[in-house]
Amino acid sequence: MGMASKSIKSLLVVTFSFFILLFSNHIHASEHPQPEQANTEGHAKGDFNVTETILEHIKDDHSWHLGGHLSLPLPVILYTEKGLEVFSSAHLVDEHHAPAVYAGNFNYKLVEGKIKILGEDGSINTLASAKLWDISITKNVAALFLTVFILLLVFLKVAVAYKNTGVKNAPKGLQSFMEPIILFVRDEIAKTNIGHKYERYMPFLLTIFFLILINNFLGLVPFFPGGANVSGNIAFTMTLAVCVFVVVNLSANKNYWQHIFWMPGMHWSMKLFLAPIELIGVFTKPISLMIRLFANITAGHILVLSLICLIFIFKTVVASAIAVPFAVFIGLIELLVAFLQAYIFTMLSAMYIGMAIEEHHHETAHH
Amino acid sequence: MVVGSVAAIGAGLAAIGAGIGIGQIGKGAVEGIARQPEAANEIRSNMIVAAAFVEAVALFAVVVALLGNGG
Repeated sequence: MGMASKSIKSLLVVTFSFFILLFSNHIHASEHPQPEQANTEGHAKGDFNVTETILEHIKDDHSWHLGGHLSLPLPVILYTEKGLEVFSSAHLVDEHHAPAVYAGNFNYKLVEGKIKILGEDGSINTLASAKLWDISITKNVAALFLTVFILLLVFLKVAVAYKNTGVKNAPKGLQSFMEPIILFVRDEIAKTNIGHKYERYMPFLLTIFFLILINNFLGLVPFFPGGANVSGNIAFTMTLAVCVFVVVNLSANKNYWQHIFWMPGMHWSMKLFLAPIELIGVFTKPISLMIRLFANITAGHILVLSLICLIFIFKTVVASAIAVPFAVFIGLIELLVAFLQAYIFTMLSAMYIGMAIEEHHHETAHH
Repeated sequence: MVVGSVAAIGAGLAAIGAGIGIGQIGKGAVEGIARQPEAANEIRSNMIVAAAFVEAVALFAVVVALLGNGG
């Protein structure tokens, strides 16, 4: 053992020294082009800002980029003190794609992706902007409508097929593609985590599973019908988490609440100590669902975008020889993650529901 | 010149944590499969789920680091 740890130690020393050498070289090398960089920072227009570019690609937008200089304007719906107002988002940009002022009930302008009301002098009127309700059909909302359309198309077709041929007969076409996935949700997610009362929750679990799955997949498509970062949007994941929270807590039985507020089989001082922790747990469960999905999908998008950005950082097409295969590789991993996150979200929801409706309990088995 | 922020160090620490965690999971899974090759499929799917949980915690940290970075 002594020998082994010694050799590992020396190996670590060698590795770290190697890295330090590499980095110090890098530091020296990058000191030289510093004056050049300082010069280019002067004209910020041509400068390439990685963070800005990436964030621009993963955030919601008022128009849907099609490619090149072409983008699909989406309707803007605003509710202000003067009432409801609908106009095309094409009015908010000029011919050079720079934000322009649109004179509706107020003077509107896009400031960092958000619609703001301008005052008389052209500056942002924060007081009026705070009272502005933006309920536009943004890129994410449009993508959600598309998702709903696809889901209805697929599932109505499958449902009709079952109505015609019955459950006992062999599935055909799209039906035979969907059946194993639905059975997977039933057998691997619902039955194992909820128990014998799983049937009540199947519609809910199937809905969230396929909603997340299809949005994850569409988010990976880099061009028009996809490309909206819906499941990497924290508002979307929060809505799903709130749905789970409501379903779990509405279906919870006496046994569940007793385990939260007055844990059986414990000393009374321990019960008092556990109650607030368990109560916080009621809220942290859906919050962790929300952040897990959001962070996983957003991190995947940032990773792919960062790799593509390498080409623009090095300002040479040669970098794409490394960046593009890597981006494809990450894309393949993201395919797995897209499925895995839909599975995990649904499985955890089922697990929380299972915990909430658990009837039978042993004095010794507490989680 | 070294540029960056404390947030980047935080993200790096999160990556170390996730690396250790996923390493442990992989170790456990490989040992399990070596002992019981017939249970390989079940162990593998459980391994992926557990790895996704660990990864999610690391990504929480990355999100916090991003927010701390003013992104």
